[in-house]
Amino acid sequence: MTREGRERLAQALAIVFVAGLSLALREDDFALFLVARVLIVVIACLGLNVQFGYAGVVNFAGATFFGVGGYMAAVLSRGTGVPHLFILVAGGIAAALAGCVLILPVLRTRGHYAALVTIAFALLFRTFLEVNDSLGGPQGLKLPELRIGPWRFNEPIALGRFEASFLLNYVILALFLAALAFALVVRVDRSWIGVQLDAVRLDETSAAAFGIPIARAKITAFTLGNFLAGVAGALSAHMVGFIAPNNYSFGESLILVSILLLGGIGNPWGLPLAAAIVIVLPEQLQVIQEYRYLLYAGLVILILLFRPNGLVPRPLRRLGGA
Amino acid sequence: MTLALFAQYVMNGAMLGMMYALVAVGFTLFFGVLDVIQFSHGDVLAAGAFLALGTWVALTKLGVVSPVLLLAAVVVVSALGTALLGAVFARTLVLPLKGAPQLNVLLVTLMMGTVLREAIRLFYPGGSQPQLFPALLPTTAYGVGGFHLRLDNAILLMAGALLIAATHFFITRTRIGLAIRAVAQDEETARTMGIDFRRIVLVTFGIGSALAAVAGVMDGLYYNEIFFGMGLLLGVIGFAAAIIGGLGNLYGAILGGFLFAALQTIGAVALPFASAYKDVFAFAVVIAIMAARPTGLIGERASERV
Repeated sequence: MTREGRERLAQALAIVFVAGLSLALREDDFALFLVARVLIVVIACLGLNVQFGYAGVVNFAGATFFGVGGYMAAVLSRGTGVPHLFILVAGGIAAALAGCVLILPVLRTRGHYAALVTIAFALLFRTFLEVNDSLGGPQGLKLPELRIGPWRFNEPIALGRFEASFLLNYVILALFLAALAFALVVRVDRSWIGVQLDAVRLDETSAAAFGIPIARAKITAFTLGNFLAGVAGALSAHMVGFIAPNNYSFGESLILVSILLLGGIGNPWGLPLAAAIVIVLPEQLQVIQEYRYLLYAGLVILILLFRPNGLVPRPLRRLGGA
Repeated sequence: MTLALFAQYVMNGAMLGMMYALVAVGFTLFFGVLDVIQFSHGDVLAAGAFLALGTWVALTKLGVVSPVLLLAAVVVVSALGTALLGAVFARTLVLPLKGAPQLNVLLVTLMMGTVLREAIRLFYPGGSQPQLFPALLPTTAYGVGGFHLRLDNAILLMAGALLIAATHFFITRTRIGLAIRAVAQDEETARTMGIDFRRIVLVTFGIGSALAAVAGVMDGLYYNEIFFGMGLLLGVIGFAAAIIGGLGNLYGAILGGFLFAALQTIGAVALPFASAYKDVFAFAVVIAIMAARPTGLIGERASERV
């Protein structure tokens, strides 16, 4: 079987696995919530993976772009009658547009300087949300249930004798979007855009010497990444039904980066595993819930010192042939 | 605005600027010798403040009442302890990753900051709540017109200025300072001249961290309150200050610190929106400065670091 064929098979198996798991857990609200949460975080981290892993553009405001998507969804679904499917896309677009504000400073700066720009943006956004009363201030905003056509997401599923928790709706949608995002990111990586992004990350000067438009490559990666984070944020906001500035702190951005690093930076295949570990583990072991930031930070330090390529390191790109 | 009110704002801005400058000097020193950003610097500052508070609690329990003795002990223990902490970080996390991708160093220090911050929150008694910091300086106020100059604030300002001057003297006039500048300029050449590179790095991290600890104590004395998360904002502000001044440049760091404080004060006082937006304004200006001058106002110059 070719490599592409193997990857397709693995993708199909992963989807079947998640679907089967969700069906088995169909009456357990909390478990379904965690499954959906992992899928949503995977979408956001896929976005960060394009930025950090492919283009080498640092973004320490992942949770911020996630939040922009969430707040966009809240504002649209509370104030307008826009169909909810469009709201998810609008969340992504809002995050991508918010990222555009940063494009100039991110393009012109490198390394530490670029990191500062995104960190400053993360703190700016959070402070802004806390002091801005029209967006709910520190108390946050409530969101109505998600509806796509006749499909009402907060109603329990009942088809004949089959019954399931309403959260299964969100799992289905999140799984669909995660599969879509995954396919997109893998295809970007395999395309010439992916090769260009790699070249830009590894050596900007020689990439420029080969005529690769560096600015365009970086803007593409940054915007695509923020878009994915925004879509994930909008879906998450609807699922939880409530958003507040505390959900989008700098610490949350660092957790997203930890997942990326744990999974193996630049390799989307490790992300689901890493996201599952980082999200499910503290929920199952309540003892460590309180210590989760401490543990993740320690874990990431150990990974960086002893296994800097993550759990599932990125394989070498093979150009041409199977 | 009356003159007295204006003077009050200037005084307040100067206090903030002094703290930011102390933090920024640390960033710039680390960048000078090792070309790295120590992102946990802000949390080192918080650790220094909590170390100071812990020392004070321990000493008062032991029955020490002399305010001079208390203050001296608090500052010395905090500065030395934090210097040690900074050196240990450099030895265990930053030096081993020398030569690794920049992103890894950045992440390691960011995560170390998180570890430190969470450790304070979880393990300091009542650490998740803001802690009252004792007023160790005389709080007599001198009124001139409507302006009140508090003695403790004046002392803090003087102490900060003296400390920065002392650091400058140390870097430019002593043998170790010379070695630090040599390493900053060219590590390889410095090594061939017989300079112990590792030792210089550790010393520099010690000095920078001790400065942060003093800034932390100043913050506690000024606001009478410290908080486990205080380092995050102060660290980012200090880093922003070091960067807008131009990394690796001591004067730039000081300038950047006062500039950021000025921005915050202007944002709080002189602009037409609510004062709660002062940080939003200040960070927006920082982002704009980065876009306009990507390596800071004074600019990174290879020939003169530190």
